[in-house]
Amino acid sequence: MPKLTIDGIEVEVAAGSTILQAAEQAGIEIPRFCYHERLSIAGNCRMCLVEVEKTPPKPIASCGYPVAEGMVVHTDSPMVRKGRRGVMEFLLINHPLDCPICDQGGECDLQDQAMGFGADHSRYDENKRAVPDKNLGPLVKTSMNRCIHCTRCIRFITEVAGVPDLGATARGEHMEVGTYVEKALGSELSGNIIDLCPVGALTSKPYAFVARPWELAKVDSIDVLDAVGTNIRVDARGTEVMRILPRINEDVNEEWLGDKSRFSIDGLKRRRLDRPWVRENGKLRAATWDEAFATIAAKLKKVSGDRVGAIAGDLVDAESVLALKDLLASLGSANVDCRQDGAKLDASRRDFYCFNTSIAGIEEADALLIVGANPRREAPVLNARIRKAWLASGLPIGMIGTDSDLTYPVTNLGASAATLTDLHAGSHDFAKILTAAKKPMIIVGQGALARPDGSAILAAAWRLAAQVGALLQDWHGFNVLHTAAGRVGALDLGFVPGPNGKSADLMFSGGVDLLWLLGADEFDPSRIAAGTFVVYQGHHGDAGAQRADVILPGAAYTEKSGTYVNTEGRAQRGFMAVYPPGEAREDWTILRAFSAVIGKTLPYDTIDALRKRMEQVNPVFGRIGHLARFGCSDHAGPAGDPSVLSDAPLGSSVQNYYQTDPISRSSPTMAACVDAQSAPALAAE
Amino acid sequence: MTESNGSAFEQPASFAFDAESEAEIAKIVARYPEGRQASAVIPALYIAQRQMKRQTGSAWVPVKAMDAVGARLGMAPIRVYEVCTFYFMFNTKPVGTYHLQVCTTTPCWLRGSDQVTEACRKATGIKGWGETSEDGVFTMTEVECLGACVNAPILQVDDDFYEDMDAEKVTALLAALRRGERPTPGSMAGRQTSAPDGGPTTLTSLQFAPEA
Repeated sequence: MPKLTIDGIEVEVAAGSTILQAAEQAGIEIPRFCYHERLSIAGNCRMCLVEVEKTPPKPIASCGYPVAEGMVVHTDSPMVRKGRRGVMEFLLINHPLDCPICDQGGECDLQDQAMGFGADHSRYDENKRAVPDKNLGPLVKTSMNRCIHCTRCIRFITEVAGVPDLGATARGEHMEVGTYVEKALGSELSGNIIDLCPVGALTSKPYAFVARPWELAKVDSIDVLDAVGTNIRVDARGTEVMRILPRINEDVNEEWLGDKSRFSIDGLKRRRLDRPWVRENGKLRAATWDEAFATIAAKLKKVSGDRVGAIAGDLVDAESVLALKDLLASLGSANVDCRQDGAKLDASRRDFYCFNTSIAGIEEADALLIVGANPRREAPVLNARIRKAWLASGLPIGMIGTDSDLTYPVTNLGASAATLTDLHAGSHDFAKILTAAKKPMIIVGQGALARPDGSAILAAAWRLAAQVGALLQDWHGFNVLHTAAGRVGALDLGFVPGPNGKSADLMFSGGVDLLWLLGADEFDPSRIAAGTFVVYQGHHGDAGAQRADVILPGAAYTEKSGTYVNTEGRAQRGFMAVYPPGEAREDWTILRAFSAVIGKTLPYDTIDALRKRMEQVNPVFGRIGHLARFGCSDHAGPAGDPSVLSDAPLGSSVQNYYQTDPISRSSPTMAACVDAQSAPALAAE
Repeated sequence: MTESNGSAFEQPASFAFDAESEAEIAKIVARYPEGRQASAVIPALYIAQRQMKRQTGSAWVPVKAMDAVGARLGMAPIRVYEVCTFYFMFNTKPVGTYHLQVCTTTPCWLRGSDQVTEACRKATGIKGWGETSEDGVFTMTEVECLGACVNAPILQVDDDFYEDMDAEKVTALLAALRRGERPTPGSMAGRQTSAPDGGPTTLTSLQFAPEA
């Protein structure tokens, strides 16, 4: 561990660190454009110049210069300041200085650092170079005159996203960042290059000229469009969500965010349910809350408790799930289910349905088997973590299923679930890799569970995990990858059929007379038996609302304070950024109000009281943001006979990344992405 | 594809290496260890450019050829585009039958590269750098130091250096090229390589030491 002195502060840093990293450790900020701690070092912006004693008398780029014992560094000497001023002058030579009309204005690294190192006027009288703008698809807007060639976007797309579409073509003054042959970026993480761009060259296309950063109210929240639980910041102005940005959470999303989660916010303004509706004579008519509640209450009177059922959807917060479960319990019904896709998840033990290794734990794994999942489409941020692990250690990855091109090489072991039996019998080469591994991982996707032999696959995967040594005292290598943000929370609250309770399938096919859909849209509404009275509580007029007899307008995730448990089993809390539109209300309050109408008042009047109740049901909800790593000492597997596997090929449950839920289906931006991806070469406008 | 100056040209719809190119590439790829095939990208691009010369009479690398190089060497297409556009020696748009490359760096300029350029313009009708003559026979580009300053000024035609040029020699050379002749490359002033003009001026009285 070399010791060095930076601006008189002595620091001891890990060998191989750079001066810039050491300075950061000493609490000294060095300006930079090209350096980014999650990307490889390029060293091409030259903004991070420092002076090092006893080296040739010239400034040194600190981002790529390794520390040495006894080094004495000055980050604020006259030479350094002069050097940085010179670099800034060069950067500004070809920069248009169009800050007043630039979307980056107010949050621009170049703008900020020009305040520190910029001159008051330019000495450059020649023409600035003009660079044609590139069309990178419907998400990323380019203004290439502003580009300072830091190459962060190129490195991100190549290294982290693993989709090498961007590059720097030509040379010298003619160098341009782009795709050369015009095409839409093929990555699900492409929006992150907007955050990475230190200037306004890459900005958000849907957000172009929409708002200034200082006008926005910033609220911390949790993304619900996949089950990763990405930490986000919702930027809102008035009643409108203007944009969504990732927050840093090293254990979950590092600092990345998937495109669907970032850009489908325009779906929050479309096809919204903003007032209650009641079906009369086969037609929906606008109603008041009282009318809607009275209609349901009247129906309830004619139905016995065990003929009432509820299904929770994919985007629901844990608060409303528990309120709904308590409501049904007060009616004497155990017909509750959160598995609208029929996934054969076993809720009897928490590690049967969680991503137990944890997302950060992927980096420790030394062998990985993916069963019936496509992490790239189902959880792109998690997929980036798998790619990171593969880049770091050459992680061998096997795949049972039909998916490929996950941005890292996978060995396809076969498409049918019977491959699990082969692996268990050891008759497959990959079985040896798994057995030899010290920390093997198995990921089971919803594509493998939402089919008739789902419980058999779950049991077979568990049996294989136990056999290859993935279930150890200090390592839990059995993982279920969810696609629904509300699913794990609902499972944690026991939102599954109780004793004599009916499953979602039975409820659809006439097992109940009154079916309460809490944001459940991912099924064919024609499956619901004709005589069933359907209450749809949710925020979008999608599949569920179409079939509903009464519609209760709820709040989307940006409009309510809610707790979500991600696929790892990490409970996280998001806060309300804007109010729900029109007469829509936060979902738990709707359920609480309705319970009073039918005289079964739920015992909580505030969200805090409801959260206390959640904690009683499952202590997980008392540990917000926290996830304990654990091993597995009980090898008894989930219910299911691992030998009755069908031959049908396994595939991902998500075929279209961009449209998986009512919000993204309502989003014009997501529709444009689908078009662009189906013909990336023809993305030109 | 349209260049920034507005001139448009056709990109071929497909490109495949012919047998001759395949043989050359196999030889070059074999020089690098397994997994390092990308090292062969520059020679592979030259092979593609020469194949285009054979097949179409114009030595350039279309996008499809870059894609073919990428596929052959297991590289992402953009990585090949980066290399191909970085080096002036690869033409990313069609050139004439003869590619005139005039060195205008200081030594050549001092020795009269302006006259060479002017003579090229007069003989071909080309106005600016990078343009192709109307008959499609010549393309004239400006290049940086060709590393033959002793024999400045230099006019490189395709892969050949024509040295010690002046206006008359350029006119004669281009006329010969038009006739389909290919004058011997090297010094056009008649000197041997870069030996002094008009014969040796030093060491003329060198006596070999008598044998001991």
